[in-house]
Formats: sequence, C-alpha cells, structure tokens
Amino acid sequence: MTLDAAIQFLAQGAQMFLVLLIAPLAVGVTRRVKARLMRRQGAPLMQGYRDLAKLLRKESVLAESASWLFRTAPYLIFALTWVAAALVPSFASGLMFNWAADVVALVALLGAARALLALAGMDVGTSFGGIGSSREMMIATLAEPAMMLIVLTLAIAAGTTRLAGVADFFIAEPLAVRVSLALSLVALVIVALAENARIPVDNPVTHLELTMVHEAMVLEYSGRHLALIEAASMLKLTLYLSLLICLFAPFGMAPAAAGIGGWLIGTAAWSSKLLLGAALLGVWEVSIAKMRVFRLPDFLGVAFVFASIAILLAYLSRGAAE
Amino acid sequence: MKLAYEISHLLAGVMLVVSFAQLYQQRIAAVLNAFAAQSITLALAVAWAAWSEDRPDLFITATIAFLLKGVLIPVALHRTVTRLGVHREVEKVVGVGMALLVGLALCGLSQALVVKIAPVSAGLARDELALAMAIVLLGFLMMIVRRNAVTQVVGFMSMENGLILAATGAQGMPLVVEVSVAFSVLIALFVFAVFVFRIRERFDTIDIEALDRMRGDRR
Amino acid sequence: MIEAYQAVVLVPYAAALVLAALPSYRIGAVGNVIASALAFAAGLWLMLGPQTVGSYAIVDEFNVLFVAINTLVGFTAALFSASYIGHEIETGRLSPGFLRFYHAMFQAMMGSMNLALVANNIGLMWVGLELATLITVVMVGLYRTPQAIEAAWKYFILASVGISLAFFGTILVYLAGQPVLGEGLPSMTWSLLQAAAARMDPALLDLAFIFLLIGYGTKVGLAPLHAWLPDAHAEGPTPISAVLSGLLLNVALYALLRFKMLMAGQPSALDPGPIMIVMGLVSLIFAAFMLYQRRDIKRFFAYSSIEHMGLMVFAFGMGGPLANFAGLLHMAMHSLTKSSIFFAVGHVAQAKGTQRFAEIRGLSVTHPRLAVAFALAVLAIAGLPPFGVFASEFLILTTTFARQPWLALLPAFGLLVGFGALLLRLQDTIFGEPVGPAHRVDASSVPMVMHLMLVLAAGLYLPPVLVGWFRRAAELLG
Repeated sequence: MTLDAAIQFLAQGAQMFLVLLIAPLAVGVTRRVKARLMRRQGAPLMQGYRDLAKLLRKESVLAESASWLFRTAPYLIFALTWVAAALVPSFASGLMFNWAADVVALVALLGAARALLALAGMDVGTSFGGIGSSREMMIATLAEPAMMLIVLTLAIAAGTTRLAGVADFFIAEPLAVRVSLALSLVALVIVALAENARIPVDNPVTHLELTMVHEAMVLEYSGRHLALIEAASMLKLTLYLSLLICLFAPFGMAPAAAGIGGWLIGTAAWSSKLLLGAALLGVWEVSIAKMRVFRLPDFLGVAFVFASIAILLAYLSRGAAE
Repeated sequence: MKLAYEISHLLAGVMLVVSFAQLYQQRIAAVLNAFAAQSITLALAVAWAAWSEDRPDLFITATIAFLLKGVLIPVALHRTVTRLGVHREVEKVVGVGMALLVGLALCGLSQALVVKIAPVSAGLARDELALAMAIVLLGFLMMIVRRNAVTQVVGFMSMENGLILAATGAQGMPLVVEVSVAFSVLIALFVFAVFVFRIRERFDTIDIEALDRMRGDRR
Repeated sequence: MIEAYQAVVLVPYAAALVLAALPSYRIGAVGNVIASALAFAAGLWLMLGPQTVGSYAIVDEFNVLFVAINTLVGFTAALFSASYIGHEIETGRLSPGFLRFYHAMFQAMMGSMNLALVANNIGLMWVGLELATLITVVMVGLYRTPQAIEAAWKYFILASVGISLAFFGTILVYLAGQPVLGEGLPSMTWSLLQAAAARMDPALLDLAFIFLLIGYGTKVGLAPLHAWLPDAHAEGPTPISAVLSGLLLNVALYALLRFKMLMAGQPSALDPGPIMIVMGLVSLIFAAFMLYQRRDIKRFFAYSSIEHMGLMVFAFGMGGPLANFAGLLHMAMHSLTKSSIFFAVGHVAQAKGTQRFAEIRGLSVTHPRLAVAFALAVLAIAGLPPFGVFASEFLILTTTFARQPWLALLPAFGLLVGFGALLLRLQDTIFGEPVGPAHRVDASSVPMVMHLMLVLAAGLYLPPVLVGWFRRAAELLG
C-alpha cells in the first residue's frame, strides 16, 4: 500500500472517529444553550461523555421476556447509525469510501436502524414500548417519503446520487438561490426534526406517556445497551446536522485532492458549523411548543408537499435549462 | 441577469409556500397572518421586478399591494373577526392533509400545463407563470375547502395576489392593468366589508353552512 | 371634439356622478331616465357613425348593434325602474336613502357595460365587465333580506372567481402576443392581436382560452358555472333582473366571442367549437329540465335565460355564417324579449304581491291587459312565430340539421322541453281561479310593450340594414 493510499485510509478512519467523538459534544451544546436560555445553569458541555461512560460501567438489566432481538438491537442500531454518519462528507469530500456514500444508501441505513429500534421497543411487551413504536412508525411513514424526495431533488440538481458529488456540485455553484433547493431545505429541516425526536415532533427529555415517542421505545434499556442507543441517537443528530451542512452550506469543505492543511481547515470549518447548528437547534427548541400528536401528520405532510414541489420545480427548470 | 431572475423566482416560491401555509392553518387569525405574509412577499416581488427591470411604475403597485393587502386588509379583517365574535376556528370541508395533497396536485397540474408552452414564447416567464398559476389555483382551493366567509374572501384575495404576480411577470404589461387590479381590490374590499356586516346583522355567524340553510333554490 | 364611442361611455359615468349628488329619489329617477335617453342617443349616433379602430376603442359591425341594444334596454329599464321603485317604496320594501345610490349605480353599470363593448384593449374590456358585475352584486343585495344577502354573496363569490380566472386568461393572451407584437400596449390591443394570431404560440392560446371560457363563461351563466344566476335574478329588484338577463349576459358572451375570434386566427390552437357546443347543449338541456321544478316566477325565467344562453353558445360553437348570424340575431332578440318578460314579471309581482307561482293565478280575470301582455311575452320567449325569437331558433336548428342532422336533435329536444314548461306555467298563471290579493299596478307598461313590438316587428320583417349588419358581423366571427 502506497503512502498516499495509507493517508487516504487514515483520513477516512479519522472521519469515522471524528463523527463519533463530536456527537456527545453537539448534544451537550444543544442542552446547554436550552438551559441557558431558560435561565438555568445547565449541565457542562462534556456531560454527554460522562453519561455514556457511566452507562457503560453499569449493569444491564433485562426483562424476563426479552428475546435475542432486544439484546442485539442496540449493537446493530449503533453500528448502522455510525456507518451512516461516517459516510456523510464532513471535512473533505473525496475520501476513500465516498463511492459508498450514496444518498439512497443513507436513507436505507437509517431506515433499517429505525425498524430495529421499533421492533426492540415492542419486544418486551410493555404498553409504553408499543405506544412509542407505533408513533415512531407513523412519523416514519410520513417522513421517509419526504426524505427520499428531498435527496432525489438534490440528486437531480447535482446529476449524481453520491453525497460527495452533490457536495462538490454545491461548492462549485455560487450561491444558487433556487426555489427548489430552498423548498428542499425547509422540508429537510422538518424531516430532521422528526427523525431526531426534537421539538415540535417529540420532546427528548419527557417521560410522560402522552408525549413520549423515542423515549418510550428505549424505556426498558439500561446499562451498556442504553449507552449504545444514546450514542446512536447522538450520532443521528450529528448525521443530520452534517447532512444539512454538507448540502446547503458546504463552504470550507476540502476538495478531494487537498492535503493535510486543507483537511485541517475543513475540520475546523465543519466542527464550528456543526456546533453552531447544535446551538441553533437549542434556540429553536426553546422558542416553539411541542405539537399534539394528531397534528404530526399535517406537519410532516407539509414536508412531503414541499419536497414534492421541489422535485417538480427541479424537473421543470431542468427542462428549461436545456 | 441571472441573479435577478433567481431572486424573483425565489420570492414567487416563497409566495407559494405561504399559500400552502394558509391552507394549513386552523385558526382564522393565523390564516389572516399568512395572507398578510403572502401580500408582503408579493410587494417585495413586485418591487424587485420594478428595480431589476427598470419599470418604476411597478413601485406604485408594490406600495399599493403592501399597504392595502399586507397591512390594511388583514388589520381590518382581524378587527372584523374580533368584533363579530366569529368562531375562531376555521370550519373545514376536507381535512388539512387532504387539502395539502390536492394543493400539491394543483401545483403539478400547473407545471404540466406550462411545460407544453414553447420556451421561446414566454421566455424566462414560464417558471413564474407556473408558480403564479399554482398560487391562483391554491387560492381557489382555499375558497372551496374552507367554510367560513372570512376565509373565502382571503382565498379570493390570495387568488388576486397570484394574478398580480402573473401580471408582473408579463413584462411590459401597461399601467392600465396594475391600476385596474388595485382598483378592483378596493371595490372588492368595499363590497365584502358591506356584506360581512350585513350578514352579521342577519345571522349570528358567518359560517356558510348557516347561510346555505336559507337557500331558496328549492322554491 | 368628443367621439361617439367616448360619449357612449362618458355620458353614463358623468350621470352617475351627478345622480350620486342628488338627494331626492324622484328627481334621481327622472335624471336616470334622461341620462339613459342620452346614452341611447349616443348609441344611435355610434351606430350611424363611421367605424374606427383605435388603440383603446374599436367600433366595428360586431359591437355597434350591441351598444345600441344595450343603451335601448338601459333606457327602457330606467323608465320601468322609475315607476317600479316608487311602488317598492310605498310597500316599504326599500327606503329612499338607498335609492340615490341605486340610480347612480345604475348609470355606472351601464357605462361599464358600454366600456366593455367598445374596448379594443383587452384589459379595458375586463375592467368594464368587472365593474358592471360588482355593481350588480351590490344591487342584487338591495332588499337586504336574508335571501337577498345570500344570493348576493353567492353571486359575488362566483362572479369574482370568474372574473379572476378571466383576468388570468387575459394575461396569458398578452404573454402570447408579446413575442410577436412587442411589449406594452400593442400586445393588449385586440385588433392587432387578432391580426397576428397565426404567429402566436398555440399552447399558450389554448391555456388562455380555457381560462377565459371558464371565467367569462361563469358570467354568461353556462352550466355548471351557473349557480349564481337563479338566486341573483330572484332576489334582486326586477329592473336589475331585466338588465342582468338582457344585457350583462350578452356583454359577457360578447367578450367570450371576441376571444373566440382570436383563437380562430391560429389554426394550430384547439378549436373552441366542440367545447362550446357541448357546454351550450348541457346548459340548454339542464336548464330546460330545471324549469319544471321552479316555484318562483323570477327563478323560472332565470333558468330560461340559462337555456337561451346555452342555445347561443351552441350556435356560436357550430360556427359558419348562418349559425353565427342566427346566434347574433338570437342575442339581440333574447335581450329584448327577456327584458320585456322581466318587466311583465315585475308588473305581475306587484299585482299579486308575491313571486310564487302557486299564488299567481287567474290573471286574465283580475288584470286582463297585463295577462295579454304577459302571455305574449311568454309566447315570444317560447319561440313561437311570428316573434323574432322563432326566427333565430329556427335558423339555428335548420343550419345544424343541414350540417349534422343527429346533432340537431339535441337542441330541438331541449327547446321542446322548455317550451312545455313555459306553456304549462303560462296556462296556470293566466287562466284558473284567481287567488290572493289583486293590487293596482303602478309601473309603466310602455317599456314592456315597446320591446314586444320590436321583437314582433323583427320577426315579421328584418330591415335589410340590420340583415347586412348581422351578416357582416357573422363573417367576422368566422
């Protein structure tokens, strides 16, 4: 293996671990901003890491009716989410495995993780788990088509479904204020909020039966299993923020051939944008109220409609441009 | 200039988004706010067209649209709703989800109709025409699926917004049209204001269902 | 120096301003009649004057006759209204305060209709129609009863939607004309657009015509866009019903026909004929059947208007010199006859104090002269010879039969069904035992009789001048 290839391989690995390392920090920033805006002190920024370490040390208590699915799901979910998060271009766009970073593959990975989580929620047979799983699948039924339409719109605009290709296209195109892209942005934000169980779709800190979705599914987990699931949800948030940055604000991202210097700049740009996004999420969560569950289909329907219009407009303007 | 076109296109897209927002709202006050937002966006779009295409007469239209439809009419309607004590929720014929889906179908329809026009005929105005047509159709949809008299008028006014957008996109359409549009808005407002008060005098609601009970067509 | 076409528009508007300032309704009524007479004079002057084509106005064979009829019926309606409204005040259905605006609005409405008729600028045409429509909306709600308000509201909503869609169609026509004629005024001028139609994009013209058909078609009263018509006729004051049926529907059809002429200039665009035939037939047959169920006399004749407008649209859809001639003749005859019917209905309603058929019986006993006039009017609109309506209906049927024999069955069937309903109602109303009160009739019979005379005369002998006019206009229609 040549030195060049080795460096590329290391860079790709660095992206994987970078994403994993920064995830708890992003969640910590969100929590801190929320707390400060509510005039509380808030937990320290590193609390996420400490929580994960604590959970890993603790014993995992399983219900008697738990099956192999319940025991293995956290590992699988974590693995799927980590791979998906690692595929999204962060500080550089042409890394070694970028050919695998296909938008459709991304949606598939996330979908698989969600399916496993829903099944695990139902596995033990408690009512809370059932509630959580059914609500989660209702949200997914509406959010996933919207997600597919969004990524397809972007793929139509960029001419490829590779995330790196899309990122390159958006770096090259100078601030194209296209309506279809603006609509995709709005739709993607709505979908991201839904998928990450954030207000207004779901409250990540509630444990009231009336309002739980994600928390209900993971209620039975403890110890290292819970640590893995918590890490997976942190990674998911990082993934979506990274996706938004990569697609809609990719400046600072290093192109394929850049050396260490370019990568370092890219890393700095990416992490600062990510943490800024996390802070903005905190501000958003504080300023808006959670929606009632029966209004969620309408809310997600809006995302679907916007994504559809975006794809229609992209199709039309493509026809005009030719 | 491409940037000019992109921005006008973006503003038209925002108007479309706000039209959907109008369909989505459950409370009359929210519908009125969405309508105000749409009219303000229209004013911005017209002003941008005035500046980028060097048509100073459009600035007048933009100001009229902003003042009349962005400020005066929503404020007047807010006061009317409060004074009449109208039921604050919007009575619906079909649910929000179905309305959104039908709205989407209408957008698709306008795209499909516009695509058939040869690009050389309408030039760059083709995209804006599709958006304007979609806004007109969405306003029409709003009139059909909402049973409240106030929201029917709002739906009609948002249809007019779409028309003004289309007229702006049609380059060089003379001032006659802009003045007449503003004028008809004025007349429409006068007529509607008169009627909402008359309706209130006679009934205690402006739910169209209650009006329909007086249907005389069976005579 | 003021031109004829300017006079025909400005006189009513100026009169509207003057009338709005007059306090007394009696003086206002007289002023209304005078202003309408002046407008009629201007219309005659226009008819006899030369044809012009300007950038804002056009005077050709197609619209001169309609301006003349418009102003004539406006004059007679003003006459009728002057005597009719007095009675309404006595019975307390209206208060004098409103009437000052009533007369001003009447004149403004006439002015707007004339504006739409003489406009060469498609935007101005639209403005004229919209103004006229909105004014009639206000007037329909004049009585302020719950039914009147509901009728006016329905009319307002449907008419506004129609007008908006028509405006969109107008914009599309401008967009079609713009690459060919350049920006600005020339692309809004109908005569220039028509001349250049062959170079315009057919898909854009198709789209424009669809919007215009739906938009102006709503104002014409084509089914299924007719929902506003019966209520608006029934709840508004009778002079307004006469003007609506006799004039506004015609002006809307005129606007539609102007655009049909535009479409005819572009061969690759879709042929409006079949659509118009279908819509006309649907209106005709639907309205004919609906006639049987009506229990209110004004609603009854409103559906009769829908039926006749359907027949006209059918005729224009058929196209060709004979069918167009017949359609134009029918437009004129229907305008005169339907307004005289509504004048008669106004008398009948005042005589019996009600609009319900069940309570209007035995007119030959209580009001013999009114019964005769009413019977003649109904026979006229039913299409019996020697009235003019018979001539036009006969022409339409024969030319359709000559071209598409099977197609002719449908309008014939519709007309027969309508005929049956009309005769049935006529029999009930004229003969039979009188029920209910029998008031004195104050309104002037002159307008009604005058119209009937004209229709009768036209049925017996159409002067060659008029024949020539109709024929040339029919040729223009293509």
